[in-house]
Amino acid sequence: MNTPQTLLSIRNVGKHFGGLHVLQDVSFEVPAGGIYGLIGPNGAGKTTVFNLVTGLLAPSSGTIEFQGESLVGLPPHQITHRGIARTFQNIRIFKEMSLLENVMIGMHEHLKYGAGGIFFNSSACRAAEKRARERAFELLSWLGLEHKAAMLADNLSYGDQRKLEFARALATEPKLLLLDEPVAGMNPSEKTLLMEEIINIRNRGYGVFMIEHDMRFVMGLCDRIAVLNFGRIIAEGSPDEVRNNQEVIEAYLGREEEAA
Amino acid sequence: MLEQQLLNALTLGSVYALFALGFTLVFGVLAVINLSHGAIFMVGSYAALWLVSHLDAPLWLAMLGAMLLSGTLGLLVDVLILKPLRARNAPHLTPMIATIGVGIMLTSAAQGMFGAEVLRFPEETLPAGEFIVGGVHVRALEIAIVAIAFILMAVLFTALKRTQLGRALRAIAESPKAASLLGINVEGLFHVTSFVAAALGGIAGVLIGLDFNAITPQMGQPMLHKGLAVIILGGMGDIRGALIGGLFLGFAEVISKAYLSSQMGDAVAFGLLFLILLVRPSGLFGRVLERKA
Repeated sequence: MNTPQTLLSIRNVGKHFGGLHVLQDVSFEVPAGGIYGLIGPNGAGKTTVFNLVTGLLAPSSGTIEFQGESLVGLPPHQITHRGIARTFQNIRIFKEMSLLENVMIGMHEHLKYGAGGIFFNSSACRAAEKRARERAFELLSWLGLEHKAAMLADNLSYGDQRKLEFARALATEPKLLLLDEPVAGMNPSEKTLLMEEIINIRNRGYGVFMIEHDMRFVMGLCDRIAVLNFGRIIAEGSPDEVRNNQEVIEAYLGREEEAA
Repeated sequence: MLEQQLLNALTLGSVYALFALGFTLVFGVLAVINLSHGAIFMVGSYAALWLVSHLDAPLWLAMLGAMLLSGTLGLLVDVLILKPLRARNAPHLTPMIATIGVGIMLTSAAQGMFGAEVLRFPEETLPAGEFIVGGVHVRALEIAIVAIAFILMAVLFTALKRTQLGRALRAIAESPKAASLLGINVEGLFHVTSFVAAALGGIAGVLIGLDFNAITPQMGQPMLHKGLAVIILGGMGDIRGALIGGLFLGFAEVISKAYLSSQMGDAVAFGLLFLILLVRPSGLFGRVLERKA
C-alpha cells in the first residue's frame, strides 16, 4: 500500500495529554531521499511528532509506519535499529566523553558490548573496535571534527556540538535522520555552515526530516514541507505551494510579518 | 604498631570500596539509591557460609556462588520493584522506600532461616597461612581479600573505560533518553547494572564475613550507612570517588580506633567525613551535574 518511494508514513495520528489535544488527525508521508520539512509556529506540536516517531511517546490514535512496518509500541532503541536517528532541539551530547566516544555510542547496535572480549583480548573484539574507531573518525571528518576527536565534548563550541550530534546520529547508520530545530540558537554564520552540512548529509544519500520554525532557512533547504498549526496539518507540498497557501500565510507568515 | 594498623586499614578499606562501587554504580546509571544494598551484602555472606558448611564447597566456589545469588537478587529487585516504579514515573523517594522494604524483608528472612546469633566460617575452611613481612603479621586471608577486591575493581574500571558496554553505561548516566535514541537498550542495561552491582555487594559481604569471621542478619545495616557515607564523600555516582572514599573510611576508622579511642572509632571516622563534606559539599570528585531526563 506504500509506494516504494515512501520512507515514513504518518496516518490520522492524534495525541492528547488528558483533555489537551496536541495533535489531531495528522497525516503526511516522508519520501526516501531529499529533505522534508515540518514547520509551524511554536507550540504547534512539531516536537511531539518527532517524539511519536522515535517511540518516546505513544500515539493516542492513528498509525506510524517506516518502510511499511508499524513503529507503534516499539521502544526507542528498536526504532533506532530500524533506521531512524534524531537530534534534539536542546543539544544532548555526552559532555563527559570524547568526541570519538560520543560517535561510538551511536554504533552500539553494530558494535555490541565486547565486555568479555577486552579481557581475553579476543581478535574479533579488537577488530570490531578498530572498525568502529575508523568509522567514527570518518563520520567526524564528514563534519570537519576529526582533529578534535580526543577532545571532551563539553569543550566544543555550540555549532560544533550540533555537528557532533549529527555525526553521532549518523553512526547509527540511519535511513532517515530527524533534526529537531538544528539551527535554533545559532548565529547567522553558524546557520549557514550547518545548512551546508545538512545538504552534504542529503547528498550522501540519507533522508532528512527536519523541524524548523525559521521560515527562510526551511524554504531554501527543503524539497517538501508540511505545515502544522494548532496540532493540525494545514498545508503540504513544495516550498512554493506552501508559501502561496492562503491558510499558511494567515496562520504563520502573517504572524511573522506582524512581528517584523 | 603503625604498619600492622595500615594493613588492617587497607583490608577494611578495600572491602568498603568494593561495596561502595556497586552502590555508586546503581546511583550513576539508574539514578536510584538502592537501600537494599546492605541486605544484599549480608545475603552474600550467608550464601558463602551455607555453601561452605552445607555443601562442603571450596571457598572460591562459595564466593562465586555468593556473587551469583546476590547478583540475581539485585536483578530481581530491579525487575520486580524498580522497573514498575520507573514505568509509572515514580518520584525519587519511592524507590528508596521500596528498597528499604526489600532490605527489611531480606534481614528478617535471614534471621528466620539462620537465627539471630553470630555464625562463623569453620576454622578449616579459612586460608591458613600467616607470615611476617618486615615485622608485620600478614594473614594469607588478608592478602586474598585485598587482591580479590582490587582485581574486581580493576575489571570494572577497565570495562567502564574501554568497552562499548562501559561507554553505553556512561552514556546512560548522562542521558538515558539520548542513549535510547542512539540504539542502546536502556532497560536491558539497567538490569545488567543491577546484577553487577549486587554481585559486588555480595562478594564484599563474603570478604567482611571472612575478615571478622562473624556473620549476623544485622551486619548489612552499618555497612549500608558506611557505603552511603563513602559514595557521598567520593561524589555520588563517581567510580574513582567510591574507591578513594572507601579506602579513606577504612583508614580513618582503623587508625582512630587504634590511636584515639577503640570505642569512638566510628564517631571519629564519621566526624572527619563530615568535616570534609563541609569543605567539599558535593564530595571529592562530585560536580554539580544536572541530569537530563
